[in-house]
Amino acid sequence: MSPAPNSIFDIIGPVMVGPSSSHTAGAVRLGLVARALLGDTPQIAKIELHGSFARTGPGHGTDKALIAGLLGMDTADERIRDSFVLAKEAGLVFEFLEADLGEEAHPNSVRFTLTAGDKTLEMSGASVGGGMIQITRLQGRSVQIRAELDTLILIADDRPGTINAVSGWLAAHQINIAFLRLKRDQRGGKAMMVIETDQNIPEALTRDLASLPWVHWVYQIPRLKE
Amino acid sequence: MYRKIEDLVQQAEKLGVPISEIVLQSEIEQNSTTREVVIQQMQHRLEVMRASTQVGLETPVHSRSGLTRGSAHRFWGWLEGEGQPITGPVLSRALARALSTAEVNAGMGCIVATPTAGSAGILPAVLVTLQEAYHYPDEALISALFTAAGIGMVIATRAQIAGAAGGCQAETGSAAAMTAGAVVELRGGNPRQSAQAVAIALKNMLGLVCDPVAGMVEVPCVKRNAAGVGQCFVAVDLAMAGVESVIPADEVIDAMGRIGAHMDERLRETAMGGLAATPTGKALAQEIWSRKS
Repeated sequence: MSPAPNSIFDIIGPVMVGPSSSHTAGAVRLGLVARALLGDTPQIAKIELHGSFARTGPGHGTDKALIAGLLGMDTADERIRDSFVLAKEAGLVFEFLEADLGEEAHPNSVRFTLTAGDKTLEMSGASVGGGMIQITRLQGRSVQIRAELDTLILIADDRPGTINAVSGWLAAHQINIAFLRLKRDQRGGKAMMVIETDQNIPEALTRDLASLPWVHWVYQIPRLKE
Repeated sequence: MYRKIEDLVQQAEKLGVPISEIVLQSEIEQNSTTREVVIQQMQHRLEVMRASTQVGLETPVHSRSGLTRGSAHRFWGWLEGEGQPITGPVLSRALARALSTAEVNAGMGCIVATPTAGSAGILPAVLVTLQEAYHYPDEALISALFTAAGIGMVIATRAQIAGAAGGCQAETGSAAAMTAGAVVELRGGNPRQSAQAVAIALKNMLGLVCDPVAGMVEVPCVKRNAAGVGQCFVAVDLAMAGVESVIPADEVIDAMGRIGAHMDERLRETAMGGLAATPTGKALAQEIWSRKS
């Protein structure tokens, strides 16, 4: 079942291209998040569809919606139906495959493997209803990201003071943390921080964080607008 | 903050304001935003909704699958021509607009999910048609949208609004109930009458299953949007006349939630039961799927 709505615009909204909030609008959003994580328009995209996305996806335009998202279109963009042609113009080569992403995977799941220049990204996610999405895997690590707020994802050394440092950087930019989750693989190993914020995170800040010696990588997802 | 329709009614009565004002205030507080921003966002949605009610009247809209094609255009042509609809001049035009938005949705055009894409035709069709008939200003329609949203928030929280979770009653039933409550306010009814309209509209759509042919949001979804408009009109006029539902709105919503939970999975958007499992439904599905692969 879908989570309870946070805003009246979850009920009167999203503004979207039909026909299905989960199979079309949610799919666009998954593509948009993958594009943001890659940081560029992908040149090569392998897109694996699982469950209902594979079975009823084409009829709902899920395939076109995923590509539209990768090209940076939002859920209300009327060019979604022409996204395959626009992909060609943008130099994006894509293939769709059916895949079994496991018993745990939501029926509306997809896995992207993207390349742009020397950047690569592997991301899995699901459309969980009413246009809402959840990112479930990122670069081989399991995550839980809804992408409703601005989100920062860091892999850093598991050592004292990292949260303090990151929250300090955010505070210095007047950015308030709404949610913070921390998970480490083992003591003294690597820890993943997922930080959702009320304000926009400037790209310069993300670059600064990425340059810190104890930070292995940083990803940023801007808030999804309708 | 409100969790029940009764909360909305009591807070509105206590402050002597319409339900729309309670919903607007709550949105401002919950999401730390301003009145101007929220109203502007709603105005934008109203414009998208209005356009979606119009497109299908002017040109026949075809879906990708071909399952739905130009019903709104055909019906509108009949109304503007020799048609003598027994539904009368207002309801018949609202039916046409509901078909339009539902077909625009099926044809990958732009709509506002109210509360879902599959049930997006009901609320805009009714509001746009009442504006045409009674010359309400846009501000009145925007207020009505807040009332509809508040009712939808309660339904989504207490029960569900997704066909996969609760069947068509959760989608078109919720949309009809939201619209009915909002229209009572638009027509000058009091908050308690809005709640009655919610109860009556949803009651009359309880048990409706989600059985789309080939899993597409087309058959029977497009015509169910027209049906939802009809149910909304029934509920509004009964409530405006002071007819009351024996079962209060919140209990009807809870019943809808439970019925959804009891509903066989085949009847919850899996395209395995109901109309989807008829000989014609199955043949169409086979034809559509063989075309794809």
